[in-house]
Amino acid sequence: MIHTTASADAMAGMEELEGRSLWQDARIRLFRNKAAVVSMVVLGIIAVMAVLAPYLSPHPYDEVYWERIQMGPDFENAHWFGTDGNGRDLFVRTLYGARVSLMVGILATTVSLIIGVTYGAVAGYVGGRVDNLMMRFVDVMYSLPFMFFVILLMVIFGRNIFLIFIALGAVEWLTMARIVRGQTLSVKRKEFIEAAHAGGVSSVKIIFRHIIPNVLGPVIVYMTLTIPQVILTESFISFLGLGVQEPLTSWGVLISEGARVMEQSPWMLMFPALFLAVTLFAFNFIGDGLRDALDPKDR
Amino acid sequence: MFAYAIRRLLVAVPTLFVIITLAFFLMRLAPGGPFDSDRVLPPAIEKNIMAHYNLDLPLWQQYLKYLGGLVQGDFGPSFRVRDFSVAELIMSGFPASLQIGGTAILLAVMIGVSLGAFAALRQNSLTDYSVMGVAMVGIAVPNFVMAPLLTLVLGVYLSWLPVAGWGGGAFANKVLPIVALALPQIAYISRLTRGSMVEVLNANFVRTARAKGLREQLVVVRHALKGALLPVVSYLGPATAAVITGSVVIETIFDIPGIGRYFIQGALSRDYTLVMGVMIFYAVLIMVLNLVVDLLYAVLDPKVRYT
Repeated sequence: MIHTTASADAMAGMEELEGRSLWQDARIRLFRNKAAVVSMVVLGIIAVMAVLAPYLSPHPYDEVYWERIQMGPDFENAHWFGTDGNGRDLFVRTLYGARVSLMVGILATTVSLIIGVTYGAVAGYVGGRVDNLMMRFVDVMYSLPFMFFVILLMVIFGRNIFLIFIALGAVEWLTMARIVRGQTLSVKRKEFIEAAHAGGVSSVKIIFRHIIPNVLGPVIVYMTLTIPQVILTESFISFLGLGVQEPLTSWGVLISEGARVMEQSPWMLMFPALFLAVTLFAFNFIGDGLRDALDPKDR
Repeated sequence: MFAYAIRRLLVAVPTLFVIITLAFFLMRLAPGGPFDSDRVLPPAIEKNIMAHYNLDLPLWQQYLKYLGGLVQGDFGPSFRVRDFSVAELIMSGFPASLQIGGTAILLAVMIGVSLGAFAALRQNSLTDYSVMGVAMVGIAVPNFVMAPLLTLVLGVYLSWLPVAGWGGGAFANKVLPIVALALPQIAYISRLTRGSMVEVLNANFVRTARAKGLREQLVVVRHALKGALLPVVSYLGPATAAVITGSVVIETIFDIPGIGRYFIQGALSRDYTLVMGVMIFYAVLIMVLNLVVDLLYAVLDPKVRYT
């Protein structure tokens, strides 16, 4: 899709600015996309808040205030988002939820990235019967009801957060493998691969040094779109009570607690839901922006 | 095409076999039996219970027994819901799940396609942007957030609709769950339809149709829309899977006596046979529906020929 030839009209307009690489070009286009820039800023703020959570509020995330149970936003006591049903500060808990959600999103996506890219590149590069077999396996995996498998794993092995990372990563790599395989098929016919071959470079080295760097564009786009999907799935599982366990929390847990008492205390639903929705929005906008930036044909 | 269908079924059987085997042995790996409780049972009674559920047999015999039962549509007894077999529970939950899920899919296709086509016909207009903006909301706001919000506004504040419960299948009780389940799919389908419709509207055959002097309505409905629907049809497979997954959370939120709620109750109470039975049931359902969608696709798209 992107590779070595940037779009012709983009090139024509930049004759005087020489030596701009595809990546610089993409960055400029990305920063021209207002929705994507705003999304990056918003995400950055949420991420910084999540990291600095203990310093942003005087309350620890698991401290119970018996005299202030399920209270609305209260600025006197620095409960900006109010307190939950156990009298814990909702602002800090929402930020700790952000920590879990972002961490799950990034780690599980990394797992899926490693598996998917390697698998897809090998299938595409080796080709022939091996490719056929490997992709058939992916097809079969696609038809499994994966969410239910993840839930079954949670039921059997207990609610372990690392299991969530691995389970989600192991689920999400399938599409990545398909994308990378398709890209690899087109890249491997290029002259520079032939040159590497002729120079006696080993297949493993060709895959990791030459193929994978050249299929990164679509991979990055898809990665940005996988993160919100993973965050969503983790929240889904936590919402059902099968994910992160007390006293730790995640947006899914907070939303499910909030939904239970939304008639009396709507803020308990609103704040975590808002954070989750805004994060998902932002990732989707960034993903769309990246796609437009890296793939000028698609506009 | 018949041969293709048969071949697909032949692939599906081993896949199913793998799912069942994996799930069965995973379950048996689980620490602690399903009847561990604080109460210490007399050994004789415990032995009887174990024998009743075949848990005293060697593992491979249990496995064969389970497989044998499955072939006859017997998912075994539920470990937690006393006196009910898993098959009975699934059958009692299926009508409610089917009504909610089936209607949600139908609604999603009808509204999604109309919105998408509408947006494509007015490309880059205010209508287009607002439809796509709403679709973005539908994609970014998950159904377990949307459902409580809808309930809060339409059920609690305005009291137009019941907040939860099945009400013996009353229409008013179904509205919110169906809408909550359909919304994300409406969003996806309208985005898909818009994309392919924009492409098709620029295609040569549409220009030819216009050049022939066909009425715009005919061009859109008979020529453009038919071509634009193909990606939507192929999305129906993943859409069903998504709706089935979504129904689990929707049924739990709205307290609907469907399969999804049994699944979650089973998962929370470690009712292994129930969880596994529902999972196998869902797997079969998804595979069959995927096959139907693929065959439908072959019927619609003359370029695809399965041999």
